[in-house]
Amino acid sequence: MSPASDSYLERAPLELRDWLVQFLPEPLQWLAHHLITVVAVLAVFGTFFAFTTIAERKLLARLQNRLGPNRSGLPWIKGLKLWGLTQPFADAVKTLTKEDIVPATADKWLHFLAPVIVVAFSLMTFAVLPFGRNMIPVELNAALLYFFAAGAATELAIFMAGWSSRNKYSLLAAMRALAQLISYELPLILSVVPIVLVAGTLSTKAIVLTQGYWTSGFLPHWFVFTPWGLAGFLIFIVAALAESNRSPFDLPEAESELIAGHLTEYSGFKYALFFMAEYFGLTALSALGVTLFLGGWQAPCVFLEFIPSYLWFMLKLIGMIVFFIWVRGTLLRLRIDQLTRLAWKFLVPLALLNVGNAAFWVLSAHWAGPLQLVRWAVSFAVIVIPFVIMGRSLTAGFAPRTYRYAS
Amino acid sequence: MTTALILIAILLLGSAAAAMLRRNLIHSALLLIASWAGVAAFYLWAGAEFVAFAQVLIYVGAISMVVLFAVLLTRQNPVAELPAEPASRMRALTGITVAVCTAAILSAAILSSKFTPAADTAPQTSVKQIGLELMHRHGTALLIVGVILTVALLGATILAATDAKEKPEDRP
Amino acid sequence: MTPLHLCLLISTGLFCIGLAGALARSNTILVLLGIELMLNAANLNFIAFWRFGPPSPPANGMIFVLFSIAVAAAEAAVGLALIIAVYRHQNNIRLQDATRLKG
Repeated sequence: MSPASDSYLERAPLELRDWLVQFLPEPLQWLAHHLITVVAVLAVFGTFFAFTTIAERKLLARLQNRLGPNRSGLPWIKGLKLWGLTQPFADAVKTLTKEDIVPATADKWLHFLAPVIVVAFSLMTFAVLPFGRNMIPVELNAALLYFFAAGAATELAIFMAGWSSRNKYSLLAAMRALAQLISYELPLILSVVPIVLVAGTLSTKAIVLTQGYWTSGFLPHWFVFTPWGLAGFLIFIVAALAESNRSPFDLPEAESELIAGHLTEYSGFKYALFFMAEYFGLTALSALGVTLFLGGWQAPCVFLEFIPSYLWFMLKLIGMIVFFIWVRGTLLRLRIDQLTRLAWKFLVPLALLNVGNAAFWVLSAHWAGPLQLVRWAVSFAVIVIPFVIMGRSLTAGFAPRTYRYAS
Repeated sequence: MTTALILIAILLLGSAAAAMLRRNLIHSALLLIASWAGVAAFYLWAGAEFVAFAQVLIYVGAISMVVLFAVLLTRQNPVAELPAEPASRMRALTGITVAVCTAAILSAAILSSKFTPAADTAPQTSVKQIGLELMHRHGTALLIVGVILTVALLGATILAATDAKEKPEDRP
Repeated sequence: MTPLHLCLLISTGLFCIGLAGALARSNTILVLLGIELMLNAANLNFIAFWRFGPPSPPANGMIFVLFSIAVAAAEAAVGLALIIAVYRHQNNIRLQDATRLKG
């Protein structure tokens, strides 16, 4: 362990928790220990969610040559605007005070349960993410499996929302969302398998620790800096975009076709819960991407280790989120057939090849000297050549595009 | 320890029984999913983490979706909601009688048998250990399961597929 | 009564609920789901014996369950595909109407 691991800032959050816990009687300490962790995670990611929404609105506005929300200041203080940074809190008050409308023919119970389930399970995924050195809410041996298992329940909630609303748009959107989520679950999980293969573990903590080395002090051994890791990361990002229903894969909520998708019949606080769950899902998937591919809480260079690990994690997480917002402002929405074709004919085969690629990487781990170059070249070729061939065949015969219905 | 087990049992058996009694198919399917989740909770209680997560991922995440899709794709016409005819009521009665008799025989057998007292803690099994066992001792079985899953995937696709004519609008 | 007895009784209950559903309901999907429940009851027994039974090779019970889950998944996929094919053919999925294999 490097000296940075026990700097004061590094230990501060954990020591604060231990200090708070010791005031309680012995039998309650275990409970308090976990409660404080849960509350801390909720508070940090709740605020993170609030500021993600405002960041998204502002960045999107900038990408579209607008200003974005910039009016809301603090109450009681005139003239202080804070660049509109308090907008999310104003939004929260608005949604909380709105009327909650339930359609007369809706299945009341399921209509109520859907937003509860979706938020609960999207929050559960945070339990296994290592936010910093020794900062992981629950240490599980099968953490990755847990993450995907908890994520699977959100699909169910979407179906419940769509079906219980008794609205044809809701149901259609729910079916679409399910088709999309199932299609993209496969590349998502397959893109993670190489990591498990190379790291030899399903525990997120151990995966981060295996990335904690540097070549000559400044070249980090993150998985994204290997051929199979880069390919896996790109597949992961595309699948994560689709899993969190974001543009260019926001078909379930394509407002020009389906009103607001499965959320059509939701209003007020229940709508806000769905909105929240969507952002929590995005944050959790980004955090998983950071953990698996971008070295988790590890610093990029040895001499930067004085910055505490949780700040590195947050920086990388913010980077991922900003990237996702940028993608949303840039790309156009896909059509449903293009979406499924991309998943089944392109991402899944590539991800499968990538698993084989990682196996080759493990088998050739002892190659040294010039053979190391051969190893990199072969690994790149295995992924780039199929990428080019499949990419060509995916679009073969369709370009240049002809516009049959426009003059 | 036992209280948790009884709570899990109530969730599991209650939702399974309710699922089999409901007339609304979607409700049945959702209740069954709850009972699968209850089975996963039981695995967690018994200390088999890996299997519990696999159960949630496969049953709650995947099989449930197939079931819900199947329910929606085979929408019954309202005429099918007729009151049960005597033949079907007869069959239901027979089925329940058979089930109750089986339950009685099995419970009597279980209650009369003696088991050696078990260890207090679950056997320690890491994920790595499971993986090695799967790959070494059960390698052949793993291969066969892989073949079964592939064949099932292909078979299901072929069975459910329709030969639709391609329209010019469908082209990307 | 040891925990093992309790576990076995629970799995008996689950098995019989599945059995009753598979025998009594006339909707094919529910029959299939009843069979799934019976499979789950068997899995429950595997885990119960792995946890409370006599010492066995490590992870034996868990591996049995994993294989059983995989086979159950294959069964559900093929079964539901069959149901959809039957529905397309005769426009309902009542068990007593599916009396012909040819058609």
